[in-house]
Amino acid sequence: MSLAVFFVIAVVAVLSALGLVLRRNPIHGALFLVVNLGCVAVLYLLLGAEFLALAQVIIYAGAIMVLFVFAIMVLIPGKEETGPDPLRSQRLLALPLGALLLFEIGLILHSRVFTAAPAPPPPAGAGGIESVGRLLLRDYLFPFEVTSVLLLAALVGVLALAKRRVG
Amino acid sequence: MVPESYYTALSAILFTIGVVGVLVRRNPLVIFMSIELMLNAANLALVAFGHRAGTADAQVLVFFVMTVAAAEVAVGLAIIVAIFRLRRRLSVDELSIMRW
Repeated sequence: MSLAVFFVIAVVAVLSALGLVLRRNPIHGALFLVVNLGCVAVLYLLLGAEFLALAQVIIYAGAIMVLFVFAIMVLIPGKEETGPDPLRSQRLLALPLGALLLFEIGLILHSRVFTAAPAPPPPAGAGGIESVGRLLLRDYLFPFEVTSVLLLAALVGVLALAKRRVG
Repeated sequence: MVPESYYTALSAILFTIGVVGVLVRRNPLVIFMSIELMLNAANLALVAFGHRAGTADAQVLVFFVMTVAAAEVAVGLAIIVAIFRLRRRLSVDELSIMRW
């Protein structure tokens, strides 16, 4: 059952990722990316990471993609990629190089990672929402607090960048 | 149960599509979205490995990656908007001012 769900979701995820890369209109690309992020959220659920699935939908598909769509609407692009491509010969190299990269990743994963014997089955509820919360607010409390400083720095930086120079 | 190697294979495919997107597209917004795709693929691989190891530490790490990605998107989009204000155009091929 979960194998069938995985394959359906995987096909949808790959197709939506291809749609993001191949469609010319960036708005279509943004919507394809939302579909892809939703698929990854379902995969998190299949892996038993409920907290991450929720965070994925709220942070990525919600907040970040709204920001993207907002920027696309403000900038009104769409005419950028219609002219002749000055670097066409270099861009044609991207496909074989991408295939090579995929081959290399597959080779490494195949030869190194999954040849070792799998770990003993985890105790029940090891990856659940409760254990994540315990880890986040006990073992990783300091990085968690530093994250708030990072977000504040991003906030101040964006304000400084967006400010119009007066005079 | 789905073997973890399937998840990492899917993650590798998504990452490669993101890399190709960064290489072939000229619109900085689409390039940025391809980078998000790559970040997501890496997150998926992390969660799969954490599932295999039987700990929740990988999930905490992915949570921090998401936070950094949110900050990165905010700053990056602000930079793109600033460049658009200056140039009135959006094409990464024309932004060669800092090229060595």
